[in-house]
Amino acid sequence: MAFLELKNVCKSYINKGITTQVLTDINLGIEEGEFVAIVGFTGSGKTTLINLINGLLEPDSGEVLLKGKPVDGPGPDRGVIFQNYSILPWLTVYQNIKLAVDEVLPDLSKKERDAHIRRYIEMVNLTHATDKRPAELSGGMRQRVSVARALAMSPQVLLMDEPLSALDALTRGTLQKEIINIWSKDQKTALLITNDVDEGIIMADRIIPLKPGPNATLGPEFSVNIPRPRNITEINKNSTYKKLRNEVLEYLIEVGSTRVQNDGVEYLLPDLKPVMPGRIWPGKRKKSEKVKYF
Amino acid sequence: MMKDKSIRIVRFIGFGFLEPLIRLLSKEEPKKNTVSFLKKAVFPLVSILLFISLWHSGASYLYSIEADRRIEKAMNDGGETAASEMKKCIESGSITCQPNTLPSPKQVYTAAMALLQDHKIISQKKDEFYVKVAGTNKQRAAQGLNEITYTGRPSFLDQIGTSLKTVFAGFLLSIIIAVPVGIIMGLSSTLRTAMNWLIQIFRPVSPVVWLLLVFMIVKTLIQDPDMDKSFVISFISVGFCAMWATLVNTSMGVSTVDKDFINVAKVLRLNIGQNIFKVILPASFPLIFTGLRITLSVAWMVLIAIELLAQSPGLGSFVWEEFQNGANDSNAKIIVAMFVIGAIGFMLDRIMITLQKFASFNKAEIA
Repeated sequence: MAFLELKNVCKSYINKGITTQVLTDINLGIEEGEFVAIVGFTGSGKTTLINLINGLLEPDSGEVLLKGKPVDGPGPDRGVIFQNYSILPWLTVYQNIKLAVDEVLPDLSKKERDAHIRRYIEMVNLTHATDKRPAELSGGMRQRVSVARALAMSPQVLLMDEPLSALDALTRGTLQKEIINIWSKDQKTALLITNDVDEGIIMADRIIPLKPGPNATLGPEFSVNIPRPRNITEINKNSTYKKLRNEVLEYLIEVGSTRVQNDGVEYLLPDLKPVMPGRIWPGKRKKSEKVKYF
Repeated sequence: MMKDKSIRIVRFIGFGFLEPLIRLLSKEEPKKNTVSFLKKAVFPLVSILLFISLWHSGASYLYSIEADRRIEKAMNDGGETAASEMKKCIESGSITCQPNTLPSPKQVYTAAMALLQDHKIISQKKDEFYVKVAGTNKQRAAQGLNEITYTGRPSFLDQIGTSLKTVFAGFLLSIIIAVPVGIIMGLSSTLRTAMNWLIQIFRPVSPVVWLLLVFMIVKTLIQDPDMDKSFVISFISVGFCAMWATLVNTSMGVSTVDKDFINVAKVLRLNIGQNIFKVILPASFPLIFTGLRITLSVAWMVLIAIELLAQSPGLGSFVWEEFQNGANDSNAKIIVAMFVIGAIGFMLDRIMITLQKFASFNKAEIA
């Protein structure tokens, strides 16, 4: 039995009387300590999937099991790093993490809690910004706060919903490394959702593409057999990496193109005639008015 | 740095227009700062002067109309001699025959000074009175009786104090009612729809009607003759008139908290109290504060009308008494009160903005 398991999960939204089936028959098993990446297009239902796992949404049918027990609402055992950081702007970095720690670890003494918070702030290299508010931080720093908050809750599973998609390429690279470093320290089970195949390959043990919705479901999995630690500069020359990357991309492009074909939408072009240079008013045309195009 | 510090202070108290002057004095970008000083400080000053001169010419125009009318009336009533006597009388500036019309800026200034003088005299009298009755009051206190208090006419400044007291009591009442109710309504959409009619119907009700309603209730509830009923009535009506903006804004702020923050609260499994105090309230704070600002300014505005009707001491009754009084400088005193009311309203709003700046997490958002 897998640590985190999704069995035949389906989810649909109803908007203005029209039901849209977003996810159909999602089956996924993640072992303890494993790092799985789910790659998909925007709008393919990735965030819906992660919200089903963290409990913010409930599946229409099927089950989400954590250690064999069905998930019942959101809880701190599944730490979430949200796409748009979701740190509270009226609290400082320290207070943001404290809010989570106070809630999850109420048994610790005040001193222990303080040490715990500071340890995680240090882990994401934000010690110099401990007492700053989010407005004073850059995007990358904000996402680091979010990472620190999720990790400080000592969750059993770490869920990441496109955590780095809003960042520039350089910050992204550093944060990828940091997240991997932290993950490898205590080998928490992790699920990363991303739209970047490279990111998935660099970070994960397994990559599973999500076929684009509606009716999104998981595609065949690709395991990443590249030894850790993976270095971004070196990995670019690695032939396994290149091959894997091409495979995943080809698969995604293929399912993406079938989506376009199966759309069944015909675009009606407006019936327009080009406007020619010449007279506007109707009437008998004089010879001298004859239009010369070139 | 002396300069930075003074700029910060000036900004904090809302006198931002002095900032270029401070920079100019420390010889920083003279050209740019001169221009912005002209823009921010000199032009408003010019507009003030323009306003006063317009007022002055308007007042003297009205004065001449009124004077002509008086002379004409004297002519009709008593003939040539009476008319010329009236003309002389008006020209001499005697109090007995001054035309009663819009006072000029100068008259208003004189009236303001007179009111200050009056305040000095009254407070002196008050002090003397308390010195005189100090012994008696001690005896009365020992016997368990109430102290003798000064019951003479209150001065203009005392009236301002009373008005401020009333408005703050009303403001406090509306905070106590509107903020918690607004939060509860914001949290439950059922309650929001259920209570919507009540807000929509009571919000536009005039302060006068509120006063009468409160009067009906308070009159029955409070039977103690020693209690200051008019104060209670006026502050409760002020509170009820003004609380709607806070109520609506609070419920809107609470119901539109960013979904991301709610998700964080859900993932952390915060209990309802923590959810309200640590997530929802801070997130809706800017909207709540905007509501409070509107509430305070509405409270100050309706206060004058309510005091006027409730016979509760304060600026409103001052204006009314002066109007009834019809003395020579009554009109000027009313105008003084008008300016004081306006200035205090402005000041209250500035205080609220400063408080908002002080307490808000997003400092850039507030203008």
